[in-house]
Amino acid sequence: MKTQTVHFLPETFKSNAKTALADAPLRQSLRTAMDGLMSKRKVVLSDEHELQALRTLCESIRQHALSRLPELLEQLESNLTRLGVQVHWAQTPNEACQIIDGIMNQHQAKLMVKGKSMVSEEIELNHYLEAQGKEAIESDMGEYIVQMAHEKPTHIVMPAIHKTKQQISKLFHDELGTPLTDDVDEMIQIGRKALRNVYRNADVGLSGVNFAVAQTGTLCLVENEGNGRLSTSVPPVHIAITGIEKVVARLDDVVPLYSLLTRSAIGLNITTYFNMITGPRRSEELDGPQEMHLVLLDNGRSQAYADEQLRKTLQCIRCGACMNHCPVYSRIGGAAYGTTYPGPIGKIISPHLLGLESTKDLPTASSLCGACGEVCPVRIPIPELLVRLRTEAQRDPNERVAKPIKGQGANHSLSEQMAWRAFDGIFSGNKTYQYFGKVATSLRGLTPKNQKGWTQNHTPLKPAKKTLHQLIKEKQLVSK
Amino acid sequence: MSARDHILNRLQAVQTEALPQPQTAAYYQEMSPKWETPVLRLQHWAQTMRKVKGEIVWCHRDTWQETFAQVVAEKDIAKIVLPLQTEHGQQAAQILQNKRPVTEVCAYSHTLEQWKDEFFNTVDAGFTDIKAGIAHTGTLLLWPTPAQPRTMSLVPPIHIALFDTTTLYDDFYAAMHGLNMADGMPTNVVLISGPSKTSDIQLTLAFGAHGPRDLVVLAVLPDDISIADVEVAA
Repeated sequence: MKTQTVHFLPETFKSNAKTALADAPLRQSLRTAMDGLMSKRKVVLSDEHELQALRTLCESIRQHALSRLPELLEQLESNLTRLGVQVHWAQTPNEACQIIDGIMNQHQAKLMVKGKSMVSEEIELNHYLEAQGKEAIESDMGEYIVQMAHEKPTHIVMPAIHKTKQQISKLFHDELGTPLTDDVDEMIQIGRKALRNVYRNADVGLSGVNFAVAQTGTLCLVENEGNGRLSTSVPPVHIAITGIEKVVARLDDVVPLYSLLTRSAIGLNITTYFNMITGPRRSEELDGPQEMHLVLLDNGRSQAYADEQLRKTLQCIRCGACMNHCPVYSRIGGAAYGTTYPGPIGKIISPHLLGLESTKDLPTASSLCGACGEVCPVRIPIPELLVRLRTEAQRDPNERVAKPIKGQGANHSLSEQMAWRAFDGIFSGNKTYQYFGKVATSLRGLTPKNQKGWTQNHTPLKPAKKTLHQLIKEKQLVSK
Repeated sequence: MSARDHILNRLQAVQTEALPQPQTAAYYQEMSPKWETPVLRLQHWAQTMRKVKGEIVWCHRDTWQETFAQVVAEKDIAKIVLPLQTEHGQQAAQILQNKRPVTEVCAYSHTLEQWKDEFFNTVDAGFTDIKAGIAHTGTLLLWPTPAQPRTMSLVPPIHIALFDTTTLYDDFYAAMHGLNMADGMPTNVVLISGPSKTSDIQLTLAFGAHGPRDLVVLAVLPDDISIADVEVAA
């Protein structure tokens, strides 16, 4: 199966967005889906007192874990090692891919079955393995569909949310030769049947991690389909991959996080399965993987970690509520962002993963309405972080700061800086302001009719005939 | 320097403020759900499990075997894997032999690799014990053991679970502490709430994605609670 051949790049975000906005079926799919997800969430989080208390607790759990991150990672590593899990560290996507490919080579493995993992998307693992002559098959229904269509997931929880059932039925018909149908149950059974043999024959199973518990070395996996259970139980080797920020201190911590995750993500009080995996098969056991690995990926996360404000980005538990509630995401969908993580969380995490050079437009793709921050289960101040990243993108690339962001100044332009400086000069001095007012009113006839983006939707701006100062002065004269 | 050292050095170079321990215990002390009677709690558990298509058949300690045989007959199960090293597994085999001899019984007596094809292709159902239940979310807590491997309840399309309802906890937090999970985790603990499902196609709910299509819970009531008690208002 060929993978990931069609996708947008973050560099061309503005034109991607235009293309997406013109796609009527996409917009319809998104609107229906986002409305559904928002109302489902509301139903299970209707008790405001409980919601706020739980958010406070979950925020404190994530912040507490991050405040001790290096220590917890070492504790996690030593507990996993004790259990017989091999722990690998990767600084870059390429390193992570090499590690996983290396493990497969040790076993002469050719076929990998994958449970859902956004980090494996981040490192473009399928693509890498394909180039090495290996096959990686997605088993989450949404991911399976997206992979079959040579696309990328457009939502972190609902990968195929952009597709209609008619499109999926057609895809199955073309790729698997199954009859066209309108029945979703039937389509799911097609997927189930197609993947049974993959679980059985796979040499390696790969999964993501929702929470990694330092205290016990337990890796937690949240799912509904059972593909996570199968991918981590049936193949002889299990490789888990996760970002370094996913660690929590104690087993206790996963209880509130799990509850708030599923309710924020899909509006369910609980998912069908919650897997707590603590090491590979033990000597007396008859199943489970004989060998287990965990790959810990940095890929720019330590940059966010270094700054107190930006560190909050790493509190994320990947529920996707921010995208479900985002007026921008719900109009353009996930593909237009051109990044693994779309929507509001994508706009604040991608600059760390990829640098601001390629992602400089993403933090600007927001009206700062604040919906994302309001629904975030761990209270990440997303709007505040968007403004911060805009500032970093505008900052002079040569300015020396204590903790520089990769790609600092990517949006820096001399003309814009000059304009702001002029604005600053005019508006902060009494005399200069009055002089500017006079000049502007007397030259009002010269204002252009076409004022770039503004006149697309507005009448042209034109200075008034008289300045406010002049009007007040006249009024005072009359009343005297 | 290794990738590990690079990453840890970068993280360790950052001065972070020491934050207070999260107040998880206090939160659950205040927020954990409460029920006036054990019956009401059982009813809540059952209602919640049934909402996600979990099938519940109430029974008692001395009747569950009969109920089990009925379920096997109703589901028309041709081949079932039983944990024959356990008392419950032996009782299940016995009743099938008497009441439902057409159903083939097999044991999980080899490693998964030794019978993968047979297991995937021929076994219709798996029968396991359940370690505990969680009332709040309508959940079963599965604690696989060498006698009851984790794939027993996963690979076959039907999972029949024997659940002693006296092991029901109020919520996940209470279960975690009641079972002292932090002191000794087995390789795999799974919370199960209903049969496998997905809404990945247009947010339309469909059951039987990859895991079991049917989850039948034989819910064993204590002798002082009758089936009528739990079913009346449920």
